[in-house]
Amino acid sequence: MTSLPVDWLEKDRRKLRVDASAFSDKVYEALTAACALVVPALVIAIALSIFAAAWPAFAKLGLSIITTSNWDVSGGHFGAAPALFGTLVSSTVALIIATPLAIGVAIFLSEFSPSWLRQPVGFLVDLLAAIPSVVYGLWGIFVLIPLLRQHVMPFLRDTLHLGATPFFSGPAYGPSMLAAGVILAIMALPYISAVSREVLMAVPRSQREAALALGATRWEMIRDAVIPYARSGIIGGIMLGLGRALGETMAVTMVIGNRLEISASLLSPGYTMASLIANEFSEATNDLHLSALMAVGAILFIITLIVNAVARWLVWSVARRRAQ
Amino acid sequence: MLQSTEVLREKPMRIVTPTVQVRAREPSVSQEEAPPCIVASHLSAFFGDAAAVKDVSISIPQNAVTAIIGPSGCGKSTLLRCFNRMHETVPGTRVEGSVEILGSSIYGDGTSPIAVRRHVGMVFQRPTPFPTMSIRANVAAGLRVDSKSHATRGATSEIVEEALQRAGLWAEVKDQLDESAMALSGGQQQRLCIARALATRPRVILLDEPTASLDPLSTQKVEELVYDLRQTVTVVIVTHNMQQAARVSDGTAFLLMGELVEFASTRELFTAPKDPRTESYITGRFG
Repeated sequence: MTSLPVDWLEKDRRKLRVDASAFSDKVYEALTAACALVVPALVIAIALSIFAAAWPAFAKLGLSIITTSNWDVSGGHFGAAPALFGTLVSSTVALIIATPLAIGVAIFLSEFSPSWLRQPVGFLVDLLAAIPSVVYGLWGIFVLIPLLRQHVMPFLRDTLHLGATPFFSGPAYGPSMLAAGVILAIMALPYISAVSREVLMAVPRSQREAALALGATRWEMIRDAVIPYARSGIIGGIMLGLGRALGETMAVTMVIGNRLEISASLLSPGYTMASLIANEFSEATNDLHLSALMAVGAILFIITLIVNAVARWLVWSVARRRAQ
Repeated sequence: MLQSTEVLREKPMRIVTPTVQVRAREPSVSQEEAPPCIVASHLSAFFGDAAAVKDVSISIPQNAVTAIIGPSGCGKSTLLRCFNRMHETVPGTRVEGSVEILGSSIYGDGTSPIAVRRHVGMVFQRPTPFPTMSIRANVAAGLRVDSKSHATRGATSEIVEEALQRAGLWAEVKDQLDESAMALSGGQQQRLCIARALATRPRVILLDEPTASLDPLSTQKVEELVYDLRQTVTVVIVTHNMQQAARVSDGTAFLLMGELVEFASTRELFTAPKDPRTESYITGRFG
């Protein structure tokens, strides 16, 4: 048996001491740490400057920014309640339309689609997210709105007699909360669908086999084993889509009609917080007006921050369970 | 065998009909041997073009524990998965030959694999409880799937209790039936999966290396359970652990490279193997 030299590490130790590796490690560490610090610092700086700029409006107007409906620049009234209402309603309409469609696509692609179809269809759905929002807006004005005005709105209001409810009553001009909801649905759909597809495909084969071995049909397997396993991830995908819809500006501004009024009817024009900021920032000449717009931005920021945080947490919780 | 096939053609969707059950228990087969439960003839199973099981013919007795042993990759799990038509759920797979269970051909024309799996339970290598379901819902999962046969809730909770009793888990979980199945230990989860498979009252239960991921104490519990199950159900267990096969089974089949080398009573196979390859394997010369 050969024995090791007494200090068999000696050679390496000497080499490492003279080597630059220890020093270069420190340099890399410092560089990457700097990058890692800059990004969160940027987020915090943006948030702080927005809240600082919004502070005069909050101090002077208080909660009336989100509780009153009178937006009168020359009179010094800045009640953005219709914009908050419009943001929430248009996003809700978008989710109601997009969620079943997106989950349907995701279930088809992950469970039923032949493998040669999975890639191209998935790619096309993902491509919806790549279309610039101003192009959606243009399409909305010249294709979607005429279609809604001439066919969909009369159908909903008169043929289905939904006009008897406050939600589909009144004249159909075209630019409306419904148009904004439909555009937002198309824009949110790829996000919901992509995340749902990922979490459905991540359901382990053992779970599927366990259901099949109990005599489940394909559909029973999906309903009882696959979807429950993926449920919180799918909800996370919906929340990501919601985050997208809440903050979307250009396309919505082009089709929603930009009227600061709270109306129960989806056929009426409305406004969103994002559209309000986009339409007025260039005309904001007095300090309070600018500060009020900043306040609206701050509120929108908080809403999307919460929605995104919840969404990420839900997706993460699925990934974590999978890892166990 | 031909006569049994005739019976199946009349009612192709139902595997276990009362007539078949009576037929299977008729003392037409010799009294010393238990009547056959699973009869495979010239069974081959493929992944693409590669045969994992090659021309296996075997007659597995009823209400007994039959072990399938062999080295890794010998096709023992694939053979097992042919007995409840799980093999075909993997894309690109194919089965040739025939399998009869209690007189009915499970690969016969018009026989639904779903119907087969409702009568032939299976437990996997790793415990597979449904993580979002409670313990109770897990045991009842197969019943919900088969909702027509068990309508009322009271009946369901009786079945859940009975299945957990049979799986030896009732005393441990009776006060936490509505808690998540994930709260149980690995061994308890595996016995929960056995209870889930038993709840549908299958005629056959297939165990695919059920203790491979368990600690020795949990393994012992599962083995005792398997030993007791033979009273009421036909058990086929795949294991790479020869001691386990010797402890729990009445008959043992030795599989090598997809071929059935030898099938005999467990005592005989381990003490006086007829085939030299069996002898090399059980004495540890390969595998």
